[in-house]
Amino acid sequence: MDFDLTEDQSLLVESVRRMLADQYGFEQRKTHMKSIEGWSTAMWAAYAEQGLLGLPFEEADGGFGGGLTDTCLIAEQMGRALTVEPWFTTVVLGGGFLRRAATDLRAELVPRVADGSLKLAFAQVERQSRYDLFDVTTTAKQDGDGWVVSGRKGMVLHGDTADRMFVTARHAGGQRDRGGIGVFMVEERHCTARGFRTVDGARAAEVEFDRAPAVLIAEDGLPMVEAVVAEAIAALAFEAVGCMEMAHAMTLDYMKTRQQFGKTIGSFQALQHRAADMLIALEQARSMSFYAVQAASDSDADERRRGAAAVKVQIGRSGRLIGQQSIQLHGGIAMTMEYACGHYFKRLTMNDSLFGGADHHIRALADEGGLVQAA
Amino acid sequence: MDLNFSAADLAFRGEVRAFIDGALPAATRAWMVKGKSPTKPMVVEWQKILNAKGWAVPEWPVEWGGPGWSAARKYIFREELQMAPAPSPLGFNVNMCGPVIIQYGTQAQKERFLPRMANLDDWWCQGFSEPGAGSDLAGLKCRAVRDGDEWVINGQKTWTTLAQHADWIFLLCRTDPAAKKQEGISFILCPMNLPGMTVRPIITIEGGHEVNEVFFDDVRVPADLLVGEENKGWDCAKFLLGNERFGQARVGASRERIRRLKIIARESMDGGEPLIQDPDFRRQMTEIEVELKALEMTVMRVIAADMKRSDGKPNPTTSVLKIKGTEIQQGVSELLMKAAGPYAWVDGDPDEEGSNEWDLAPDWAFGLAGTYFNWRKQSIYGGSNEIQRNIMAKAFLGL
Repeated sequence: MDFDLTEDQSLLVESVRRMLADQYGFEQRKTHMKSIEGWSTAMWAAYAEQGLLGLPFEEADGGFGGGLTDTCLIAEQMGRALTVEPWFTTVVLGGGFLRRAATDLRAELVPRVADGSLKLAFAQVERQSRYDLFDVTTTAKQDGDGWVVSGRKGMVLHGDTADRMFVTARHAGGQRDRGGIGVFMVEERHCTARGFRTVDGARAAEVEFDRAPAVLIAEDGLPMVEAVVAEAIAALAFEAVGCMEMAHAMTLDYMKTRQQFGKTIGSFQALQHRAADMLIALEQARSMSFYAVQAASDSDADERRRGAAAVKVQIGRSGRLIGQQSIQLHGGIAMTMEYACGHYFKRLTMNDSLFGGADHHIRALADEGGLVQAA
Repeated sequence: MDLNFSAADLAFRGEVRAFIDGALPAATRAWMVKGKSPTKPMVVEWQKILNAKGWAVPEWPVEWGGPGWSAARKYIFREELQMAPAPSPLGFNVNMCGPVIIQYGTQAQKERFLPRMANLDDWWCQGFSEPGAGSDLAGLKCRAVRDGDEWVINGQKTWTTLAQHADWIFLLCRTDPAAKKQEGISFILCPMNLPGMTVRPIITIEGGHEVNEVFFDDVRVPADLLVGEENKGWDCAKFLLGNERFGQARVGASRERIRRLKIIARESMDGGEPLIQDPDFRRQMTEIEVELKALEMTVMRVIAADMKRSDGKPNPTTSVLKIKGTEIQQGVSELLMKAAGPYAWVDGDPDEEGSNEWDLAPDWAFGLAGTYFNWRKQSIYGGSNEIQRNIMAKAFLGL
């Protein structure tokens, strides 16, 4: 049992932290977001340069052979800097499917992902599906030797700039059946994406497929989707912990400097206890993020799903408490767009709702009998 | 980063579990499964069994009978005891007074007291709190005055847990009233059978007798029962409290109680169905299970850090363990009581002769409300949860 980073991991984290500290300060971030894409192509090139885009792919495919822990450590740094580039969608979501795709497809695409020339997205949400991965009305039909996909997906993160999209589509069964869902890959030119800005400053798109030619990735695709989402939940947990750390640290700094009634507000016990509660929430979230890595690697699909649900619950609860209290303890200043604290709050709020918020997962976990098995 | 126990540690877990299965008296296990505190004979019998196996004092150095386990194995051992459920070695002896004597005592004190502590030949209790010194412990007033070869003790201790069973008490006494409050305190050992001592029970809200008041009226104690230096007792107290690293997390105990809860929730009916089918109840239960999983991982982090660099210094996670551990235990005790529905109103103990001969309530319903009421103490003792937040704010957040 060892929670310390390996030397390689420490070096990786340190180099990413330094890069983001130099090039992704809060003011620089504002500039990055003003570009045409809504994010920085220069930073994207820098991520490629640092090896962050090819990180989780096998070396034989043109990647760097990193594990889920490595990916998560990067996600934490991305959270600390509130980056808006399509790293998570390309490397964790799209990359999750690509890593599980056929050898020739990996050989073709992984090098292009790693060098930054190919961006990926995952099109899953539908109007009626809410957070159920198996609630799919988008259809897939065989068409000659290949497949065509038709339907509409919403809230596709970075769907407006993705070059390839992984899509869930139904080739058999009813709308909410667990079977009959395939995973397909569609090229950007075969779909229509309408992009928009999300409330946390990132980008997303509504994407329409109309008999779009598609490459079959998995015919019985739900298990693959759940495995990728379990990894994504682990990465999101680390991203959230990064945001929580920053929001908590900013709040403490503020409490030590802000004067009212002739003393620093950090000297008031009511506020001290609130800050202590934030630290408890942070420590519990950090602990749970480690568990997320362990759970996502579980070979038993039921255990993996239960573990991921528990992670979402704890991260969501902690993120909400820290986000809300960091605003409250700052007072008015944190309500302003100019100040970073509110942006951490927004990212934490969106992070919770991705792949289902705490409320969704507590119900799912409770329905599955919880974590402790009755004797 | 590797978050799993090693294969050798898992084998050790199997060994511990097998030993407990074979050696724990069936009556003790059956008693504790009901959520009842073990009786004195149960605790003594079990600790002697553990001591014969060499497992009674996991935290002590090998020289004084410790098994020389890593932090991970100590944790596994504690967990297995809690999940069995079996009595833990008596905390006053093995986690509190013993380590203080090992750290600060003379060779003669060590030889005299430690082996009997480990074997529970002597039952110790703790004389810290006073009516005027609770959270502000250093405000204590109980006086010890040197008179020749003796200390003369006058004053009162309170909340003295299981003093009615005790042969000895370890005391914080004021030995220099003129000094600043932390600097005039000494750590003194005292037999419970001396003239001038009175133990008076305090009955807590659920009706149990766990705690007592202890009065000292010119009680004369030999001078060689001072531990460490005169007026340096606060160092001993801080050391003792700092040793309570994991004591309050009790992850294994909470897991065992949740298992029990699930069994009861299957038997208890609500709306024509087993309670466990009720989404709202299940949700409340699951909320606690999630918190418990996070707490378990927090404990693991502390253990892993201890195994790398055991500086023995308190860190913020110690307070997290105390606050979360007690909140979770209190939460489970409340759900257990709620699971019993109207039968939670039954008082008493079905094991007492005749008390449930008319089948007044399901056997499992007895004591659930009592435990809920009793466990409100958890967020008060051991440094109240508010004091823990003060510690976090001052020592770790720099506020």
